[in-house]
Amino acid sequence: MQERFISLFKETLEMEGKNVQPGDLFREYEEWDSMGQLSLIAMIDEEYDVVIEGKKFQEIQTIAQLVEAIELEKTK
Amino acid sequence: MAFQEIKNIVIRGVAACVPEHVVDNRDSTLIGNAAEIEKFIENTAIVRRHTVENSGICTSDLCFEAAQKLLAELNWKSSDVDCLVFVTQTPDYQLPSTACILQHRLGLTVDCFAIQLSLGCSGWVYGLSTIASLMNNGNFKKGLLLVGDTVTVTKSPLDKSTYPLFGDAGTATAIEFEEGAAGIKVHTGTDGKGYDAIIIDDGGSRNPFSSTSLQMKERESGIVRNNLQSHLNGTDVFIFGITRAPQSIKALINHFNINIEMVDYFLFHQANKMMTEKIRKKIGVTDSSKVPYSLQEFGNTSSASIPLTMVTQISETLSVGKHQLVGCGFGVGLSWGTVYFETHNLCCPPVIYL
Repeated sequence: MQERFISLFKETLEMEGKNVQPGDLFREYEEWDSMGQLSLIAMIDEEYDVVIEGKKFQEIQTIAQLVEAIELEKTK
Repeated sequence: MAFQEIKNIVIRGVAACVPEHVVDNRDSTLIGNAAEIEKFIENTAIVRRHTVENSGICTSDLCFEAAQKLLAELNWKSSDVDCLVFVTQTPDYQLPSTACILQHRLGLTVDCFAIQLSLGCSGWVYGLSTIASLMNNGNFKKGLLLVGDTVTVTKSPLDKSTYPLFGDAGTATAIEFEEGAAGIKVHTGTDGKGYDAIIIDDGGSRNPFSSTSLQMKERESGIVRNNLQSHLNGTDVFIFGITRAPQSIKALINHFNINIEMVDYFLFHQANKMMTEKIRKKIGVTDSSKVPYSLQEFGNTSSASIPLTMVTQISETLSVGKHQLVGCGFGVGLSWGTVYFETHNLCCPPVIYL
């Protein structure tokens, strides 16, 4: 799941070829901006059928936490 | 669930008017450098916007022009109109209701029913369901639904989260009573929990205008505004739109057994392309030519966006023959609604520039 998510994440933020690790603070990427955030929310909805609520999304810092949040929503 | 089937009414015509003044997002210094502007345009599809700028043009002026044109094209006498519904969040005054001003200005009789409703992006759907309900028992024969906003006057030119997205427009929709007509089918929803996702903080009764209302403050990087200018939580509104709009469309389609393949056009509120594309995919419409856009030329025109899209993008098609349409508006409130309606030789004159 994590590997596939990272590949989708890179595609969404146009970061192909860059090194993206589960522990990365993705909000610090230079590619990260408000539009990228919306693209990511849309991608997660499309690929995983999960919509993470705005407030909760703001608290998420790392890629691994994102994956965790998706998995948690999936089990609901 | 809020489903309505309102029979005995027909939509005869739709007209729209926009300010002549154009703002080109490619000239923007707010969005960023050239590459960032192109990315913005790719994601939102918003290239240009028609705005009132400092002309003093109000929503009622735009709606007045649209209404005059529509009455003339339909050969309706203003004295025939016995019902006026005006939907806006940018009225002429705090009071009186601008619906009363428009009654007089349009030369409607003093026996006319006139009311103003305050809704934004869901406004046309709600306005249509309201006027249809008022008219479907036959007490009123001809009605005008005037819907629009000069939403750009409420945006800070120093707020990159709102300013590049919006345009101004006013529209008129003509409704007529007709015994036995199929009418419209509606689904509506409201969630006031998200009331502050899009809000103008000051100037109402909760936070009256005060000496601090005009203070420009930096809220986030690239977002400088005062409390009379609207705040928009882009992430929350995006999540709201891609969730509620498809749910509402699917609910309407399932409840009334509408054959989605038979629908000629899906008219989504023109928020931004990323959002409308998402909604299109979620309801399973693969043919993107069924989802017309006015975003590129007019931006997000709030409550006017659905009728403006009809007038500027598909008027030629709509003016001949029968068509089945689904309109879906969603936004400030939070409020949303979907309507299914049919048109037959719709009167749809070209957009007016004021």
